[in-house]
Amino acid sequence: MNTSNTATEVDQSLLYPSPYKEFWHAFAQNKGAVAGLLFMSLIVFCAIFAPWVAPHNPSEQYRDFLLTPPVWLEGGNWQFLLGTDELGRDLLSRLIEGSRLSLLIGLSSVVISLIPGVILGLFAGFFPRLLGPGIMRLMDIMLALPSLLLAVAIVAILGPGLINTVIAIAVVSLPSYVRLTRAAVMGELSRDYVTAARLAGAGLPRLMFITVLPNCMAPLIVQATLSFSSAILDAAALGFLGLGVQPPTPEWGTMLASARDYIERAWWVVTLPGLTILLSVLAINLMGDGLRDALDPKLKNAA
Amino acid sequence: MFSFIARRVGLLIPTFFGVTLLTFALIRMIPGDPVEVMMGERRLDPEMHAQAMERLGLNKPLYEQYFDYIGKLAHGDLGESLRSRESVWGEFSALFPATLELSIAALMFAGVLGLLAGVIAALKRGSWFDHGVMGISLAGYSMPIFWWGLILIMFFSVGLGWTPVSGRIDLLFDIEPKTGFMLIDTLFSDEDGAFLDALHHLILPAIVLGTIPLAVIARMTRSSMLEVLREDYIRTARAKGLSPARVVFVHGLRNALIPVLTVVGLQVGTLLAGAVLTETIFSWPGIGKWLIEAIGARDYPVVQNGILLIACLVIMVNFVVDILYGFANPRIRHQR
Repeated sequence: MNTSNTATEVDQSLLYPSPYKEFWHAFAQNKGAVAGLLFMSLIVFCAIFAPWVAPHNPSEQYRDFLLTPPVWLEGGNWQFLLGTDELGRDLLSRLIEGSRLSLLIGLSSVVISLIPGVILGLFAGFFPRLLGPGIMRLMDIMLALPSLLLAVAIVAILGPGLINTVIAIAVVSLPSYVRLTRAAVMGELSRDYVTAARLAGAGLPRLMFITVLPNCMAPLIVQATLSFSSAILDAAALGFLGLGVQPPTPEWGTMLASARDYIERAWWVVTLPGLTILLSVLAINLMGDGLRDALDPKLKNAA
Repeated sequence: MFSFIARRVGLLIPTFFGVTLLTFALIRMIPGDPVEVMMGERRLDPEMHAQAMERLGLNKPLYEQYFDYIGKLAHGDLGESLRSRESVWGEFSALFPATLELSIAALMFAGVLGLLAGVIAALKRGSWFDHGVMGISLAGYSMPIFWWGLILIMFFSVGLGWTPVSGRIDLLFDIEPKTGFMLIDTLFSDEDGAFLDALHHLILPAIVLGTIPLAVIARMTRSSMLEVLREDYIRTARAKGLSPARVVFVHGLRNALIPVLTVVGLQVGTLLAGAVLTETIFSWPGIGKWLIEAIGARDYPVVQNGILLIACLVIMVNFVVDILYGFANPRIRHQR
């Protein structure tokens, strides 16, 4: 009994580390990435538990406390940690509520563009003569327009709002997924394991989704992280231009737009929403760098 | 070289048609009735409605509408603004110099500072300066520039009163637009202080618009410079006793510049998108602000063809960058 136990322990230490452990080891070496992960965990926690974390109702207007400064300034009030806005709404509660929207927009636009992007990329890679050129040309056309402008154009036509913002950002980030998937697929198709799977009689769907796709995931995960951060940024920009989520919904960019008029009197209503955007985007980009180093060491010095 | 250029031109044509298809489709994608949306009236009398449909050609089959659109474009007819009744091309060409001036100023700011920071960071790899540059450039890359603009206005314009809040020039000055570039026009005008005033107006918007390119250029210069400094010819140059400055700037930077220039060229699209935000914040009278106002006013001919013009601009710049890259790096020319 005893001897067999020690034998398994020895075996454990000799084993090749599990992929997850290996990944975490590489990821944790990048201190910035870990810091980004911690910050994002905080944001995600706040977003999920917003009703319990937020000290006030984000749309409740405290008419006696218009433009109250944050607590550490003269005239600040412990009731409103980060102060209030022009209608007396608690800024901290609105920022927390806004994190829900930003994460929702980021997540849904990534999912909506990732799935068709991967499928188009797979088809373009598997049929390089038949479908490849057509699909890639279409993507080049979409890339010819600056992403924010294309999003602006789409929203201009569909009308402003939460869902149209998501659609616009999803359309804009589609080409990069298609290109990445296609490039990765073309690289994998000449490998021996694909030939082996073909010889074993694997059908096209199986080849595409089960044999090849899992081996193309690394760059896609990195790209998904990066487009998550640019989705948050673009959504805020659309909100700021008045084309995104409409007030009084506390979206970060929309909050900034309505705070513009108070730039001379209340710096906190202008500074804090933007700082939240900057820190979130920075945190996600730092995580993206860490993921890239851990998953795809070839790209380490690429950009 | 010729076949390389011919191939690139061959790629240009379908891209151009694709973009026209896109801008053509934009108008047709408006939910509901485009005439009602454009005229902004809920109950138009049916006769006027039919007339408007007829005038805009919206009652013809789709393919015929598209050919009409292409035919008009081929004649240089980009339609007219619903608001001002002026031709879209006329408005675009009047406002474009303002955007160009802002973009050039932003790129100069980003280029000079970015190259310098990147080169020094590469030379002092691992130092606190290197870490500082990399950290700041990552922050710059993540910057919501519309907020950055507001912060700079709050600090420099409202707080310190150093720079004006908006516009290109003080209303006191009466400058005749000769080139459309305010700095050049004011330099040759006889109004005292106009040039300095125009410069003061330009500084903050240029910094805001240049922030993201600055971050990209600094990072790119650093990594490209690090690669070049490992090359044998750098060691040779050092060994034969050239001054360190000459080794770094003539032998090193010159070769490190190629990838940097490509990245800058590809940033032009981002720059134009950034111009939309920057111009909105600073009330800068360029094409970005024009486009956003047109969207607000549902001025669809301006939206449609303004976007077409910007897309063509981006395509052309990318084309030129491609060709220049082919000149600089012969290996690219012979790829499939």
